[in-house]
Amino acid sequence: MSNTLGKLFRDGEMIVRQGEAGDCMYVIQSGEVEVLRRDGVQEFCLATLGSGDFFGEMALFEREVRSASVRAIGEVWVLTLEKKTFLRRIHEDPGLVFKILERMSQRIRKLNDALVRSGQRDLPEAAAARGRGQGTAA
Amino acid sequence: MDKQSSGPKLVDGSRVAVMGGGPAGSFFSYFLLQMAERIGLDVQLDIYDPKDFACSGPKGCNMCGGIISESLVQNLAAEGINLPSTVMQRALDSYFLHMDVGDVRIETPLQEMRIGAVHRGAGPRGSVAKPESSFDGYLQQLAVERGARAVRTKVEAVAWDQGRPQVTVTGGTATTYDLLAVAVGVNSPSLKLFEAMGLPYRPPRSTKTYICEYYLGREVIARYLGSSMHVFLLNIPNLEFAALVPKGEYVTFCMLGHEIDKAMVQAFLNSPEVRRCLPPGWEEPKDFCHCSPRINTDSAVEPFADRLVFVGDCGTTRLYKDGIGAAYRAAKAAARTAVFEGLGRDDFLRFYHPACQMIRADNRIGKLVFAITGLIQRFRFLRRGLWRMVSLEQLKHGSQRRMSTVLWDTFTGSAPYQDVFLRSCHPAFLFRFLWDIILGNLPSGHARRLRRTSL
Repeated sequence: MSNTLGKLFRDGEMIVRQGEAGDCMYVIQSGEVEVLRRDGVQEFCLATLGSGDFFGEMALFEREVRSASVRAIGEVWVLTLEKKTFLRRIHEDPGLVFKILERMSQRIRKLNDALVRSGQRDLPEAAAARGRGQGTAA
Repeated sequence: MDKQSSGPKLVDGSRVAVMGGGPAGSFFSYFLLQMAERIGLDVQLDIYDPKDFACSGPKGCNMCGGIISESLVQNLAAEGINLPSTVMQRALDSYFLHMDVGDVRIETPLQEMRIGAVHRGAGPRGSVAKPESSFDGYLQQLAVERGARAVRTKVEAVAWDQGRPQVTVTGGTATTYDLLAVAVGVNSPSLKLFEAMGLPYRPPRSTKTYICEYYLGREVIARYLGSSMHVFLLNIPNLEFAALVPKGEYVTFCMLGHEIDKAMVQAFLNSPEVRRCLPPGWEEPKDFCHCSPRINTDSAVEPFADRLVFVGDCGTTRLYKDGIGAAYRAAKAAARTAVFEGLGRDDFLRFYHPACQMIRADNRIGKLVFAITGLIQRFRFLRRGLWRMVSLEQLKHGSQRRMSTVLWDTFTGSAPYQDVFLRSCHPAFLFRFLWDIILGNLPSGHARRLRRTSL
């Protein structure tokens, strides 16, 4: 008997699969998940999310397929918010989407930081390449 | 062009009082402070409520069935409010419909725990108080974390002080505020304080219900009730709805209808359908936690004035179901009006009243929905048809579950009554129901087999 809302996923179970059509978003009630992106044969872990975090929210705003997979780390309880019902509630109370926008904004900020960091890591190599006469000088 | 209000507004340093620390008062406080913070407005807010949610029994309880609907669970999750497992006494994934013609289990559309069963206070009378388990206490704590001040004192008088509401508490201390939100429900004598203020406000009409909690123990609850809410459609006059809700070690009995009395309660408890849900030989204990709170049958007249707004049950709430969800919607609309529009009567009329009107209009359709349910309760041939339709839907996975979803949304309060009504007017629904009424009343072997399978 459970005191936790949502659905239980066991360790390693896929909650969302990259490439599948999505018609709902999810809120983690307890436990952790990892967000995975497959590119060819390589799989990258984009993020680890915990209790209170959302995922799959892009499905609310786009008609694209899922951009990443989400896998349970240990036991995780996840609550589903169906797109159709949830969008209707957002139309009645647009303030309901504030938290989701806030979280998406935080993710864009993190992404920007990650981009800058990866740019800085690439910088010495780029400079060395230019030094060897392979780069184009302004 | 949008007319800008010239009435009073919240400014930095404004003071807001909230009378009543139940869900409506706490939601109002939480959202007002959240919205004010988002636009950089510094507001002081005091919640007045003498109730101590850390106490078990009536001292800490706001008397209700304690069901958190599917839609409210989802809305709160989207708001970033995830109800903790300490507050959740039982997460529910299905309900059993019990009738004299048979029982049937109806699962949530996504087979997940989507409804919450909670204690409003820290547990029933006689139980060891668990302060962390109180739903009302949890919501109030959220408001306090946002900056609200919880004042555990009774408000003795309310008056006007140069056009502003003034609150006098036990001991005689009077404080003047810029806005007073009243969220005292319909069971509190505090509503009488507003009679002398010369307001056009009239409280909503209400009717008596019956709620009680019996200790059964976790094992018995798991064995007999599981993670389902048990709903009864019984032919007992004046009984609109009755349910058993499992919560931790207790089960809550809720009966809604017109002026429920002792005889009606006994008729319900002794019905074979209820007895089937309880251990054999179960006897009602001599001492148990019970109450007969009143619930709204309509809405208040003009639940607002200059610098004054009534939210929750004392304003407008949903008929019979999802009162906490209605409190959430109305309280948020009132908070939004106060922060972004103004504190004048016209501001509440333009921006808060529509939210109340939406609930009110839906309740009118709700009365029709419950009138139809009442017909099904009265006529056995209709119950047979309903039971057959739901049973077949539950047996066939992947089929369109028209009756199951209509009943689910009616009994759990998960969708507006208008939605429920429109879905039940669909020609395919009506044809199927008529078909199942005919077949369900034929003394055929198929009907008997189906009955055996479902039971």
